[in-house]
Amino acid sequence: MRHNALYTILFSGAVCVACAVLVSSAAVSLKENQLRNAALDKQRNVLFATGLAQTGENLDASEVQRRFEGIRSVVIDLRTGERTDIDPTGFDQAKAAKDPATSREAPENRASVKRLPNHALVYEIMDGERPSMAVVPIEGYGLWSTLYGFLAVGQDGNTIQGITYYQHGETPGLGGEVDNPKWKSLWPGRKIYGSAGDPAIRVIKGAAGSPADAPHAVDGLTGATITSNGVTSMLEFWLGDSGFKNYLKQYQEGQAL
Amino acid sequence: MTAASTKTLLDPLFESNPIALQVLGICSALAVTTKLETALVMCVAVISVLALSNVSISLLRNFIPGNVRIIVQLTIIASLVIMTDQVLKAYIYEISKQLSVFVGLIITNCIIMGRAEAYAMQNGPLDSLLDGIGNGLGYSAILMATAFLRELLAQGTVFGAVVLPKVHDGGWYNPNGLLGISAGAFFIIGLFIWALRSWKTDQVEPEG
Repeated sequence: MRHNALYTILFSGAVCVACAVLVSSAAVSLKENQLRNAALDKQRNVLFATGLAQTGENLDASEVQRRFEGIRSVVIDLRTGERTDIDPTGFDQAKAAKDPATSREAPENRASVKRLPNHALVYEIMDGERPSMAVVPIEGYGLWSTLYGFLAVGQDGNTIQGITYYQHGETPGLGGEVDNPKWKSLWPGRKIYGSAGDPAIRVIKGAAGSPADAPHAVDGLTGATITSNGVTSMLEFWLGDSGFKNYLKQYQEGQAL
Repeated sequence: MTAASTKTLLDPLFESNPIALQVLGICSALAVTTKLETALVMCVAVISVLALSNVSISLLRNFIPGNVRIIVQLTIIASLVIMTDQVLKAYIYEISKQLSVFVGLIITNCIIMGRAEAYAMQNGPLDSLLDGIGNGLGYSAILMATAFLRELLAQGTVFGAVVLPKVHDGGWYNPNGLLGISAGAFFIIGLFIWALRSWKTDQVEPEG
């Protein structure tokens, strides 16, 4: 069938308008649901890191809310480790890290973190008035992808309580085993800082033994040396001077309120 | 259902399977088949997009100007894919997170434009619907079989349930890491194509 140019333009325009209306109405009407899902997913993973929920446990929204009651979200100043008055509900750390006004260039690091936000969102598990555990976000490059996760640290600011990754693209069965509950169960009880006060925790090749025998080492992931090294690098960076060291110091000195 | 429409629906399963015979849609077949769960969601997404795009393009086929038909098809397909992605993000967030970009990449899945151009532009909406569902099922058959083998042999599980307990979980099964990576999917799909062409010898291409 032959059509003149005007018909072609009008037809194309009509198709575009119809498609645009469909796509934008779907996006707008589903947005609320999507944001709720994303927030819920993060909260769920904070619970996994603290051990307040077990990996694989099916938690619906109300259950997550219930278990989150004793948890305080706080925005801290990453340079000093001090708490700020910034409202945690509207704070998006990933966005803050991209905006030059709220971030700076990260110092040279092996975790391939390019920009460092001025502020970071942490979660504090409250035991009455004092936090009994802190959950800090960690991220860094593995083999194929950036891994995003949480690390839970005990009241002494040094003992790991748990680790979880909520987003990564590592090889299933190899690097993807960072999700393996058995591997994650090796973490609680290990210590972050060595005698010099720098992060000493490492993922090593082979088996490390119990936390009492090897406080600063965790078993490597079989067949995933690069992912294992990525985990070591991101802990080194995020628990070091540019990361949460200053914040965790308050816990070590018993001043965390 | 008439014999002809049954043929439209079922032929793409074995007679003209989009992956095995036409070798289309391989990229996503490699990417989402590490687990049955993600493969299943991907299959449902592809079947819906393929059925809807075939129907809408078939309804418009007499009005689409020939010189811009590819762009019009692509616009319709892209809109459907974005909507599918939005729905997945809103209702099954966990799985949509694992599928990441691959739902969006359905836009570039050659099966969908291939069916729009080769079938929906010439046939009525009902036949196009059947053709879309049929080709979607043909794609799904290969995807699910590949995902089944990959998940079972690389992780020892079927739909997440442990079937072969792994050595480092205290079992006896030593998982096959090769099948966990994309190359493993190539081998499995290659074996499927070999098996299918040994069974239906008319699918073997003449040697030039």
